[in-house]
Formats: sequence, C-alpha cells, structure tokens
Amino acid sequence: MNPSVMVYTEIRNGSIHPVSYELTGKARELANKLDCQVVVVTLYNSLGDKLENFFSYGADKVIQSQDECFSFFNQQIHTNVLSAIIKQQQPQIVLAPATTNGRTVLPAVAGTIHTGLTADCTGLDIENETGLLLQTRPAIGGNIMATIKTPHHRPQMATVRPKTFKIPEKIEKSGIIEYFEINQDMKHSTIEVMDYRPLEAGSENIQDKDIIVSGGKGLKRKEGFDLLKELADILQGGIGASRPTIEAKWMEYPHQVGLSGKVVSPKLYFAIGISGAVQHIAGMETSEIIVSVNKDPDASIFQVSDYAFCGDLYDIVPKMIELLKEKIPNQSNGKEGESNVQ
Amino acid sequence: MKIAVLIKQVPDTDDVKLDPETGTMIREGSGTIINPLDLNAIEAAVQIKRQVGSICEITVLTMGPPNAEIALREALALGADNAVLLTDRKFAGADSWATAKVLAEALKKTGEFDLILAGEKATDGETGQVGPEVAAMLFMPCATYVSSIEYNKDNVVVTRTVEDGTEKQRIQYPCLITVLSALNNPSMPTLRGKMSSRRADITILTSQDLQIETEELGLKGSPTRVVKVTTPQKTRKTKRFSGSQIEKGILQLVEEIKSSVLKQ
Repeated sequence: MNPSVMVYTEIRNGSIHPVSYELTGKARELANKLDCQVVVVTLYNSLGDKLENFFSYGADKVIQSQDECFSFFNQQIHTNVLSAIIKQQQPQIVLAPATTNGRTVLPAVAGTIHTGLTADCTGLDIENETGLLLQTRPAIGGNIMATIKTPHHRPQMATVRPKTFKIPEKIEKSGIIEYFEINQDMKHSTIEVMDYRPLEAGSENIQDKDIIVSGGKGLKRKEGFDLLKELADILQGGIGASRPTIEAKWMEYPHQVGLSGKVVSPKLYFAIGISGAVQHIAGMETSEIIVSVNKDPDASIFQVSDYAFCGDLYDIVPKMIELLKEKIPNQSNGKEGESNVQ
Repeated sequence: MKIAVLIKQVPDTDDVKLDPETGTMIREGSGTIINPLDLNAIEAAVQIKRQVGSICEITVLTMGPPNAEIALREALALGADNAVLLTDRKFAGADSWATAKVLAEALKKTGEFDLILAGEKATDGETGQVGPEVAAMLFMPCATYVSSIEYNKDNVVVTRTVEDGTEKQRIQYPCLITVLSALNNPSMPTLRGKMSSRRADITILTSQDLQIETEELGLKGSPTRVVKVTTPQKTRKTKRFSGSQIEKGILQLVEEIKSSVLKQ
C-alpha cells in the first residue's frame, strides 16, 4: 500500500470545524491520483459530532485520540502527539488548516521531524511524472503565485485556509476508526492553560462570515462604523476594518483585515473608504464579489473590485441601505412578520 | 534574564502602489524597514527590561544580507543591548526550515536565552512558520498570536488571540513567543539611542561560526523548492459608477445580492 494522505483536523469547542471536511475532500482527490488511503487525525476531549462523517467525505481511516489534555489548545502536547502519529503512520502528505492551531502546530512539527511546510496554499495537485505534491500559494501580497515542491523530505506538508476548497458531496462509504494511545511523555508540558474566553455574542469571527462590510480611514470618524453596522445587519454580515482604523482605535483588532490582521474570503466584501494598500488587498482579494466605495477615482481598491462606486460614501452607503431594505423585504421586515403572527 | 528578539528586514510595502496594467507591485523607490510586527516584539522586550532592570539583557538577531545591519542598528536605537547579524552567501534562498535552522543554531551559540520574541509573521514571506520552527528545534514551548505579555520571575503569562476568543497561558522559561500588533505601540528611537547605536559593535556570524552542515544551509538545505512563479491574470471586470450612475449601480448590485449571494 502506498503511503497515505493525512489530514490534521480542527475540532473547536466540541465540534468539527468545516475546514476539516474541506481538507478531507481535497485529500481524497489527491489520494485517488496516488492510489493511497486518506487518514484523518482527530485530537479532542469532547465531541458533539460523529467521526463517521469523515468517511462520507472520503476518509478511509480516522485516528482518534481522546484525552482531557485536548480540552484546550496546548502547542507542546498537540505537536508531540501529531509528530508521534506521523512517525507511526508515515504518510507521504499532511494537510492541515491554516488556522491559529494549524499554523502553530504544523511548523513546530516541521521543525521536529525535519521536513518542508508550505503556508496558506490555495491550490494542491499531484505532478503526474513524479507523484509529488504541487503546492501553490500567493506570494508578495498575492501579486504572484508560487508553486512549491518538497522533493526529498517526507511528509510533504501544507496548510490551507478555511473556505479555500469546497466541502465535497457526501458519498456512501465506510472506514475504520483507530485509537491512538498517548503517553505521559507526550503530555508533558511547561505550558499551563489558565483561561479561555470565547468572543462575546455579536463579535463572531469574521472569517466565518459570508458577507463582510469593512471600513477605512475614509470614514473620517469612528462613528462612521455605525453606518457600516447598519448595512452589515441587513445582510447579516460581519464588520471588517483596515489597519489605520485599528491603529486609530476606531475598531478592535479582531476585525482587522489584511496581512497583519485576518485574511478573509467571503461571498461578498464591501471596502468602504479603504484606498487599497497592498497589505489590505492581500487580505480580501479572494472574496467572490468585491464592492468598493471611495472618493478617489484612482484608489487601488477599484482595481480589484467588481463594483466600484466613486463618490462620497456618506451619500452612497445610505442609498445602499435604503435600496437593500426596499428590495430584500423578508430580511429587513423580519420583526414585523413576527408580531403579525401574534 | 536574557531575552532574544528575532527580526527581519523587509521591503517597505506600505506606500507601494499596484501597477494598473499588470496588477503587480511597483517596488522601485521603496526602502527597507524592520518587519512591523518585529517592532512590537522589540517593544515587548524593552518593556520587560524596564521592569526587570539592568540585569536584563536584550539581544537582537537577524539573518540577511550585509545591509540588514541597518535593521539591527535601528533595533539597538530602540533599546536592544546586543546585535547579531547572521550573514553568509550560503544562507541565501533559505525557506522557513533552513532559516529557522540558522536562527536556532545562532541562539544556541550566543547564549542561554530565557525568552525569545518574534513578530507573528513577516509582511514579505507571510508564512509565520519560522518562530514555531525555531522553538521546536530548541525543544522549547511556543506561544503564537500573543496580544498581551505579563512578565514574572519564573514564567510569563500571555494572552493568545485566536479565531473564536482569547486564551490565557502561563509558560515556564525558556520559551518562544510570537506577537501581534495589538500587543503594544512601538516607541520611536531616542536621539541618544540613535547616537549610540551608530557606534555599537555588531557580532557577525557565518555558516562556519555556526558549524551547520552545508547540506542544511540556504537553498540547498531547504526542504521546499519554488518550481514555478506566475502572475495571476486579473479576472475581475470592474464596473465603475460615479455621479448620476451610482443609483443604477446600486440597483444592479442589490439584484446580484438577491439572486446569487443570498440564494447560496
């Protein structure tokens, strides 16, 4: 049997993060070309979802390691256990989510077992002649795409951002679940997790949002974000912000979009009063539809936009709100509908 | 207390514009800077030193071409005590593993550090991998995405800002921490700092000094290889609206939102 394609999954607060299924689907595609198995690694303490789900997305084997030490993220323990599983299973490829978890554990594993790792891949394929993994990632703020190989080291490892690949159609398939026993050495850690605080309601991770409304210095004042919230609320979207507005303390850091903040890829992205610094564009340019509003006709943001509105945002955004409310009645009139029922 | 700060000299991309024809970066005329998140790491070290006093020593290290000395002098002006430049033609073309290897060996050679600080990622490579790789090579724990640091004599308490919340962790020394911009507001160098940094000695270490096998250096020692570089074609057809056209544009947009975005 050829060495497997392995997926390191993300299990947060007892549920399987969708990126785990996205990567399982991609791993299946690669494994079909390599004629090998897909092995999925799950480390958790409690789980509300079924591990069998992974079989429906193409996995042949699920490695399960359930332990109290996985209640919270611990870089040392997660690194020790994943390194041990890789040594035991000897996969040829390891895919992991480019989340804070994956982007911490995978480089530590690469340093531990001496192999290559490519961050934030947007394309993965197998080279026909060599059977090597072709890892494509944006470089220099997305201005070029680099294709990278790991010719001599194993496994070939790559991280992939959530929503880069689609969750595949479910299939009828079975597989095996294998228990991986962890020992005291692996659990040894000089990190003590003291506290975990989830984000407050309403401040969910913007990377999970389908629609994001972002503001920049063009808003001219902090209160400008109130207008953007109004627009976002109609569409049940999240709020994003450019780095200068974070530095001016108009918005909190978790909302920052760009290279030094979050990289997002929603279905619809509004860039309002954002000129389009390279560092911002690199954080949002893979969004499906990009709408920008700016008073500068030469703003860089227009070059990456589908809809470019040139004018005063304080005229244009209220007009957008008005027309959206008018044309999408079921969302904006939801509350009235409820009161009618009573 | 010995603190090391790992820094990187990167192109100054803040003012860089995109070429409207090709969509590529116009690099001409842009200088180099210390990677912005590394400035937060330097500031964190300086703040700890202020708390601990003169028994605390800050060493800043960088791997790069000889002119990366400029970045090191700036770090000295900001309050670092020592600077180490890791430079050698054989280091060229290093990927994150081979970069981490040089940094890890240099850290072993320069002293036993209690705390190693670095920016979460660099604005040019954007991998964020070197920090955790160095930590693994030194068998140290690592905290990434750190937005607050509380210094204690035997440990640090850090806050990690992750996707769905914040985690508080207490970590024993030695450890490595990569920081976010939310951590602090980097100070400007003082005039006195600038003056003394000009005369300061900078330690230069080469591959020979670090005794790393040639097979593990630079491009040759990099597990990953860039095999192809392409410029993505601009695929978006921008529809522009201004003046009296704006309302028409908004109506088109609303229709598209109704028919595709909200339907999916």
